Amino acid sequence: MTAVNDRNKCCYCAGCPIVCPVGAIELIDGIVVIDKEKCTNCGACVKVCPVGAMSIKR
Amino acid sequence: MQEFDVIIIGAGPAGLRAAKVLAEGKAKVLCIDKKQEIGVPKRCGEGFGLSWMERLGLKPDNKWCLQSINGAALYAPSMKSVKIDFKKVSGYIIERRVFEKELAKEAASKGAMIRTKCHASDFERKGGKVIVSCAEQGENVKYATPLIIAADGTESLTARKLGFDTKIGLNDIDSGYQYEMANISFENPHFIHFFFGKEIAPRGYLWLFPKGKNCANVGIGIAGSEPKTAKEYLDKFVKAHPGLRNGSIIEVNAGTIPVGGFLDELAADNLLVVGDAAHQVNPIHGGGIGIAMEAATIASGIALKAIAEKNFGSKFLNQYTVQWYETRGNKLKRILKQRHMLEELNDNNFETLAKSISGSDIMLIAEGDLKSSAKMVIKKLVKHPKLAKVMLKYLK
Repeated sequence: MTAVNDRNKCCYCAGCPIVCPVGAIELIDGIVVIDKEKCTNCGACVKVCPVGAMSIKR
Repeated sequence: MQEFDVIIIGAGPAGLRAAKVLAEGKAKVLCIDKKQEIGVPKRCGEGFGLSWMERLGLKPDNKWCLQSINGAALYAPSMKSVKIDFKKVSGYIIERRVFEKELAKEAASKGAMIRTKCHASDFERKGGKVIVSCAEQGENVKYATPLIIAADGTESLTARKLGFDTKIGLNDIDSGYQYEMANISFENPHFIHFFFGKEIAPRGYLWLFPKGKNCANVGIGIAGSEPKTAKEYLDKFVKAHPGLRNGSIIEVNAGTIPVGGFLDELAADNLLVVGDAAHQVNPIHGGGIGIAMEAATIASGIALKAIAEKNFGSKFLNQYTVQWYETRGNKLKRILKQRHMLEELNDNNFETLAKSISGSDIMLIAEGDLKSSAKMVIKKLVKHPKLAKVMLKYLK
């Protein structure tokens, strides 16, 4: 399980990296990059995303 | 390796203000931004109060002041409204991309060096200096400085990379979404419009900020912890309003606003944090341009002192923290209480308030005048003791 980002929906607002409690998300060169090893599937990024671009997937 | 007295990360209102003040103080300053264009994309409703402009010594300029504002209308879910009419210009809806470019031109004219498409990817403390590794238009460049000003927005990556925790909880952050719309119709273009209600914007509000007669920023900010997305609420509102339903969307903006969680310290060794990165935002309306620029001015004053005294330690730099709280922070902390009050109100409460209180009553609350606000609540809500009790809890 890990957080995933839907690039078609994403507006690159950088909401997810700010709320990630373990620092698993970074916005690098305008793309949301998720460190699957660090991600704890807590869902904070899913909640804060204004457009529903984040989800937790297997 | 090129050296600077100060390197500012982020060329938004805070970073560019700092660049200008530092350059005026004869510091050798570099201001970099990872984006290739200053001011784009905006994460902002673009409202800017005249009192802030005056405080910052900015003259309203037709180049970026698109729409003068004389008041505000606040709508309960039934659309019954309370109007706050200042009867004179009290602010403007601005064009951020033009405004920020003007700030950049001014800072540059004072001698600040500005670079866009320059991403600071790594920071390393070495011998009292910070080495900043940048990807500048695809090329790797290194700069050195004894002092970094982090003005890189809510994400606040610079501060975090320098070991300064600016993480924020879901309850202290608003999730925002906005359409800049054209060919729409709405009531008074000289008013900013706010819409409240659990079904409209849970634990937040929806706004319409006019940019001319038939254009506006229509946006929403809701608590980050809400399960439904900001976009869903905004789309629902737009569909439900005939004046907006058939409008065009000429820009989509998304962002998060740090509306709570003020930081205890705004500086560390070799580091000053300003603006959204330091959560310097009005917790009630989420506005931050003026607050950020004021903080940048204060931080730059301390930075100039630090350069003169060659002292870049946390203790020295934290004079900025003390000055900022005295000037602005403590007041914002009081206003944060009012936000919590707003979050507790239900739809019936909003209807009651729309019927019972006036625009000037709302101004008392919004400005953080607790004593007068409490008096007003007791007087105006005599017939609604339950609601008065809820509100008074926060007006202490």
